Amino acid sequence: MKGVLGAGVASFALGSGIVPLRVEAAASLDTSDWPKKAFSTPGVDATISELYGMEATESDKISMDLPTIAQNGAVVPATVETTLPNVTSIALLVAKNPNALAASFDIPEGTLPFVSNRLKMAETTDVVAVVISDGKAYKATKNVKVTVGGCGG
Amino acid sequence: MASSIRVRAVENGGVTSLKALVRHPMDSGFVKDSAGNVIPAHFIQLLTITHNGKDVFVANWGPAVSKDPFLECRFKGAKKGDKLTISWTDNKGESDSTTATIA
Repeated sequence: MKGVLGAGVASFALGSGIVPLRVEAAASLDTSDWPKKAFSTPGVDATISELYGMEATESDKISMDLPTIAQNGAVVPATVETTLPNVTSIALLVAKNPNALAASFDIPEGTLPFVSNRLKMAETTDVVAVVISDGKAYKATKNVKVTVGGCGG
Repeated sequence: MASSIRVRAVENGGVTSLKALVRHPMDSGFVKDSAGNVIPAHFIQLLTITHNGKDVFVANWGPAVSKDPFLECRFKGAKKGDKLTISWTDNKGESDSTTATIA
């Protein structure tokens, strides 16, 4: 009898565990602000102007940590950090991907202008980091050589 | 069901460093399966990190983010023992959320 009751309680706990998950799914994040057009724009400059509505100037205050040679274009680690002040947004673009924009990040006040992410790259190309500082756009570029299945040459 | 999100957040000197790994296929929509059919795009669009009801980091992701995305970010204003919520939603409307305690 005790065993039967225990099983009943367990299955109830299991059932109730599924309910909050469904509620959570219903209250999922609002993606209506997701920059759909910027994510479907080819080319670096066109994407930056679509995403931020301005052109970016080169800056040496953005540091990009990416491999010079990526053995696997499907997983390329990318880290961006900047000493520019009042950063509100950082974006990562891959020049020769079908659509250049890989990711953009909102940096609220109190969050450091640092982000690390992993990207997919179709082929050897430039990766561009864009930083919005004091309302102006700055960028830095690094070329990454992709050698899928090669010998790292 | 196990969460799709693995998080580690560590506070040190007033700065919280967060590393997250999300299990997700992140299909780009450009790849074909073995039968030659295009695998439809399936990727996380939005990922947020919330502390005390305030977004401390928001990632807008496209299909060019790698499979099983990794993210690292750093922010101020949180202390050890505080709770963080990490949530994501993908382009098919699927979503997940988890809570982590800052160590």
